[in-house]
Amino acid sequence: MFRYILRRLLQMVLAFFGTTLIVYALMFAGQGDPIQALAGERPVTAAQRAYLTEKYHLDATGVGGFFYRYFDYVKSLLQGDLGQSLTGRQIGDILQAAWPVTVKLALIALAVAIIFGVTAGVVAGIRRASIFDNSTLVLTLLVLGIPTIVLAPLAQYLLGVKWQLFPPTAGSQPTFYALLLPGIVLGSLSLATALRLTRTSVAENLRADYVRTARSKGLVKRRIVTVHVLRNSLIPVVTFLGVELGNLMSGAIITEGVFNIPGVGFNLFRGIRTEDGPLVVGIVSVLVVVYLVSNLVVDVLYAVLDPRIRYE
Amino acid sequence: MTVEPTPASTPADGHLLELRDLHVEFRTNEGVARVINGVSYHLDAGETLAVLGESGSGKSVTAQAIMGILDTPPAFVRSGQILYRGQDLLTGSEEQRRQVRGKEIAMIFQDALSALNPVFPVGWQIGETLRQRAGMSRGDARRRAIELMDLVKIPGAAKRIGDYPHQFSGGMRQRVMIAMALALDPKVLIADEPTTALDVTVQAQIMDLLADLRRDLNMAMILITHDLGVVAGVADRIAVMYAGRIVEHADVRSLYKAPAHPYTKGLLESIPRMDVRGQELSTIKGLPPNLMRIPSGCPFHPRCPYVQQVCVDVVPHDLVLGDGRTSACHFAQEVRDDSAR
Repeated sequence: MFRYILRRLLQMVLAFFGTTLIVYALMFAGQGDPIQALAGERPVTAAQRAYLTEKYHLDATGVGGFFYRYFDYVKSLLQGDLGQSLTGRQIGDILQAAWPVTVKLALIALAVAIIFGVTAGVVAGIRRASIFDNSTLVLTLLVLGIPTIVLAPLAQYLLGVKWQLFPPTAGSQPTFYALLLPGIVLGSLSLATALRLTRTSVAENLRADYVRTARSKGLVKRRIVTVHVLRNSLIPVVTFLGVELGNLMSGAIITEGVFNIPGVGFNLFRGIRTEDGPLVVGIVSVLVVVYLVSNLVVDVLYAVLDPRIRYE
Repeated sequence: MTVEPTPASTPADGHLLELRDLHVEFRTNEGVARVINGVSYHLDAGETLAVLGESGSGKSVTAQAIMGILDTPPAFVRSGQILYRGQDLLTGSEEQRRQVRGKEIAMIFQDALSALNPVFPVGWQIGETLRQRAGMSRGDARRRAIELMDLVKIPGAAKRIGDYPHQFSGGMRQRVMIAMALALDPKVLIADEPTTALDVTVQAQIMDLLADLRRDLNMAMILITHDLGVVAGVADRIAVMYAGRIVEHADVRSLYKAPAHPYTKGLLESIPRMDVRGQELSTIKGLPPNLMRIPSGCPFHPRCPYVQQVCVDVVPHDLVLGDGRTSACHFAQEVRDDSAR
């Protein structure tokens, strides 16, 4: 197991350089004049241009020049310096402000998925083909079918504006209450998938041979379901939720955008819209690390949950 | 049609376990499959009854009906009685039936790998029965689980108690299964094809173990199998099942010597013989019937070499042959005389 984790960590280093390289290339390859982009609408004097060209090694052209600048960037990245966005703010500071908001939002969404999705999934799996099972099927298909770009404004309008149950937008220092509605909207997708997954897994495990054995031991039904069936059924569900948490941590561009939540996704979206190259590359570099680490954690968790899985 | 309970020497205080005219059907979307059609057999303390038949003959379903672990739906017990010490289990409450499971009647299954829970250590699974049913403490259950694993001859039991089912070989896994079934000292052990999933050499070891345990612990055993070879050394009596009926019932010796039902005769003849060279292996032609459309009259008639018009028209009753055996065949006497030759 230890060797497996070590190997995965080494693979992560490669993956990290690979993805940052690609994002870096995509972001800056298409850019016409980076100095003008930095200055925005204002004119750039010849002295300023010369200074910036020198500072960012813009005089080096072609593939060689690109790698020169990429290694420049990685060097400061490894020193913990994400650089400056085009607006002049330190990207590190932007992330420091945005991440707690995104994490809070992600945890609310995950809690919604676990409390409602997994519970309803277990009940639906036990009472297969019942009214409850069929209505959850319809509801989950509905939720999975509606894109967030429709669901989020709809929830915002109905629950936030019309009936005024929740604040329609979050603002710069969002409270838990303000994040609740966006969290539910964001979690509803994970909820629907978690529900379907749990339901299938429980239904499948209820038919397993070991359940017949447990019954022939004379165990009470309650124990068979809560100990034998659930312990097996939840293996894929926990794995899914782990991956999902990794996804949610990387921010939700649409939900954060609609509800005006100053999280990671919100900043990333703003960076893309304003062609703020350094900001986009900075955020994505960190997201890559979050994603890689969360995937490793899920893989290790999988082996802990299922004794049949052995990593060598 | 009612079938008389199989006649045999009945002890004064009744049989330990007795099935009377059991009918079980599976109600599915495609229709109703009549899986058990009037099965009667009995088991006395300390004896071994082998239930023999092809897949789909209803032997496992009968056993699961005794245990009360049939999945309902689709399975429904339509009629009949399952008497344990004179009490009809079928009329008891679910709670009463649960008390019988494991403690009075225990069962082991064909494929121990899927029958054991993959995510719990074997010691935990054996101990669970003791903790949940006998109210033992964690430590006591653990100690007893090691004893049980020793009893079924798992080497290094104390060391292997924390291992998971997938870490054992097939034979050792079946031993774990047996240890688990023995946890509460059951009076009846139902072994449902306990050696089918195993290598031939391991099969013999497991059968010997079961026979020894049955004797040492003074249990009665129902051995369900499709393998005639497995039965010979272990069983006292054999009940042969076909299409959810018992077609022949006899003590092992006379059944092997002269089967009195064409189906049993066919089964015995299809065992490959090492001492006869150059002869084509004999088989029973045709397939077992679809249980949704069981043939009229004798269900075996489409495959039977003895078939006459009467077989198509009339369901044969259990014909009691001289030496206390029965055969559900219109020509039982003839078949037996043919076989004896």
